[in-house]
Amino acid sequence: MAYVSFFVIAAIAVGSALGLILRPNAIHGALFLVVNLGSVAALYLMLGAEFLAAAQVIVYAGAIMVLFVFAIMVLIPGKEEAGPDPRRGARLLALPVGGLLLLLLVFVVMGRWSGPSAPTGLSGSAGAVGRLLFTSYLFPFELTSVLLLAAMVGVLLLARRRA
Amino acid sequence: MVPESYYVALSAVLFSIGVVGVVIRRNPLVIFMSIELMLNAANLALVAFGQRFGNLDGQAVVFFVMAVAAAEVAVGLAIIVTIFRVRRRLSVDDLSVMRW
Repeated sequence: MAYVSFFVIAAIAVGSALGLILRPNAIHGALFLVVNLGSVAALYLMLGAEFLAAAQVIVYAGAIMVLFVFAIMVLIPGKEEAGPDPRRGARLLALPVGGLLLLLLVFVVMGRWSGPSAPTGLSGSAGAVGRLLFTSYLFPFELTSVLLLAAMVGVLLLARRRA
Repeated sequence: MVPESYYVALSAVLFSIGVVGVVIRRNPLVIFMSIELMLNAANLALVAFGQRFGNLDGQAVVFFVMAVAAAEVAVGLAIIVTIFRVRRRLSVDDLSVMRW
């Protein structure tokens, strides 16, 4: 049962990722990316990371994708990437390069995979992750707030008219 | 229980798709979304490895990656909007100089 759901979700994730990079319309790509982020959230749930699954839906599929869709609506009304591609030959090389990268990643990561999986039953609940964030990772956690503030000020500066 | 290596393999596939997307697309917004795809693949690998070795540190790192990704998207989209305002076109092939 777990295998069936894993393979179904994995197929949705790979299909939507392919849709993102192959559809010429950017808004379709954004919607495909939402599907992909949702399926990755489902995989987090299967891995026992409940807090991250919720954060994925709220932060990525909610906040970040809304930003993307807004930007696409503002910048590209209708279709884009029409007309002949001046660098078509170079871009076609991307496919074998991507395949090679995939082989390399699989070899490097899978080659080092030794021993059976330790069935730990690790809980990724909000309580457990929160306790870790506020003890071992307290300093980086506080730095995150500075980072977000800096990003906000930077965006205001960049997006100002007559900057 | 599905072994964690399956999740890592899926994350490798998603990461490679993201890399190909960055190379073959001309629209900076789609390239940006492909980068988000790669960040997500790395997050999935982090969670899977954390589960494999039985500690929560991987999930804490994923939390920070999400925060940094949010900041990065905001700044990146602001830069793209500013470029569009100056150039009125949106293709990465046009952007070959640092200032104009």
